Amino acid sequence: MKPRQTGWFVKLCAFFALTYLTVPILVIIPLAINSSDYLRFPPQGISLRWFMTVLESSAWMGSAAVSLQIALTSTLLGVSLSMLAAVALVRARIRFKQAVYALILLPMIVPNIISAIAMFFFFADIQLGSGSLAIIIGHTVLAVPVSVIILCATLQGVDSRLESAALSLGADRFTAFRRITLPLIAPGIASAAIFAFLSSFDELVIALFMASPSTQTLPVRIWNAVLFQLDPTIAAVSTLLILVSALCLVAANTLSMRFKARM
Amino acid sequence: MILSRKAVGPWLLLTPALLFLCIFFVYPLCNMLARSAFDPAPTLRHYTRLINEPAYLRVLLTTFEISLSVTLSALVIGYPLAYFLSQLKLRTANFLMVLVIVPYFTSVLVRTYAWMVLLGTEGILNQVLLGLGLVTRPLAIMFSRTSVVIGMTYILLPYMVLALYSVMRGIDTHLLHAAESLGAGRIRAFWRVFVPLSMPGVAAGGLLVAILSIGFFITPALMGNQQDSMISMLIEAQVETYFDWGFASALASILLACTLLLFLAYDRMVGLNRLFEAKQ
Repeated sequence: MKPRQTGWFVKLCAFFALTYLTVPILVIIPLAINSSDYLRFPPQGISLRWFMTVLESSAWMGSAAVSLQIALTSTLLGVSLSMLAAVALVRARIRFKQAVYALILLPMIVPNIISAIAMFFFFADIQLGSGSLAIIIGHTVLAVPVSVIILCATLQGVDSRLESAALSLGADRFTAFRRITLPLIAPGIASAAIFAFLSSFDELVIALFMASPSTQTLPVRIWNAVLFQLDPTIAAVSTLLILVSALCLVAANTLSMRFKARM
Repeated sequence: MILSRKAVGPWLLLTPALLFLCIFFVYPLCNMLARSAFDPAPTLRHYTRLINEPAYLRVLLTTFEISLSVTLSALVIGYPLAYFLSQLKLRTANFLMVLVIVPYFTSVLVRTYAWMVLLGTEGILNQVLLGLGLVTRPLAIMFSRTSVVIGMTYILLPYMVLALYSVMRGIDTHLLHAAESLGAGRIRAFWRVFVPLSMPGVAAGGLLVAILSIGFFITPALMGNQQDSMISMLIEAQVETYFDWGFASALASILLACTLLLFLAYDRMVGLNRLFEAKQ
């Protein structure tokens, strides 16, 4: 498209919108490296003491470990399920495709508070109770739509004639998939995994209902802390979470560039 | 075709995911719907309780009002930004887009916390305003409907901008140049040519933000107050505080119906397929 100049009013509004989007995230960081006991702005002196508080706290680090374990497990589960489904959705003509799409998307559409209580009741009924396993199942349900969408998009970008060529040259279906399709969509699988991971790592509502005292994920611990008071420790934890998101984004972006270069 | 044309192959691949979702998601949802209407005999008492109690109707009304305010605010703030970005060179636009994408992928809880820190009575905004002598007493923005709308609009703005931008990028600027060369002023060309063409984006963004805001929990729970409770907060309270699962299920069923209705509109106007195809 030919670029077109926009008027000063539009520029002003856009500048305001970008400020609105950026400032809240940027404000957290100076608060986290603040040396005073309270949230002061501008910060009075720089120190890493709040980060040290977090890193030395067994409660925070324990929660980080719980979150990591839950996110990794549900990512592995979710991406595996999605991988199989995506191949069928993209490569085959199936009946009721619309209905299958709708079913897979459903966890994304239904508000998390509803999913959370529905699963909470269900787990209580079957006496699975609360804890890691319950949260992992809940987060896997959420990971499926995220990864199916990404994997479908990736598979659509791979020329199915490459697979046909392998088949005509004598490879069986599984070999053709493993040797041709899989390497081609590897970056897509990785980015599906990154976004599935992030969706679990940052998820609060389901984890809040399923948490037991020993399985408080990072967001659950932040939630409890925020309800209590807004001390700079939370700013430090938040900064670390922003860092995790940013790293995930950079990784996903690098992967998608590599993917495009290969196409 | 890597999959056999026989109908069995693909379904075999779909089974694990569909089975998992049916057992751990669809069944619990159906169970919840049933819980709202059976006790164990069929009953409508949870629903009649909702209708007969003005306080609960108020919660429903508040939910719709906040949802609408958030959708409109996001549109008003997002439209000029998306328009601005769509008229830039792709490279510059992609660079500025980072400022939209990073908040989009940052934890909702962290972003809500940021607003609590900004707007609180002893928050940064008040510290700055008091420091500059612009106000003599701290502004009481926090824990009001205003703070909820500010926070939720902030969280959902990226969805709006991305939906608008993807449509606006596709609008041929030659049409605007043509309108101008035929005598329309810049403003007239914008309103008569660009705005109508951007309507699919407005529909997509607006419905998406409405769908997401109607069931939002984290931000209203942390930044709102009891008088302006949204339905999600009432559901949580019924489960965690009052242990009334039947009533919570009825509330959740109503919320679910509203969400699905909006989503049906989204499917009609925008198309569900767009989520799967032509992305990335």
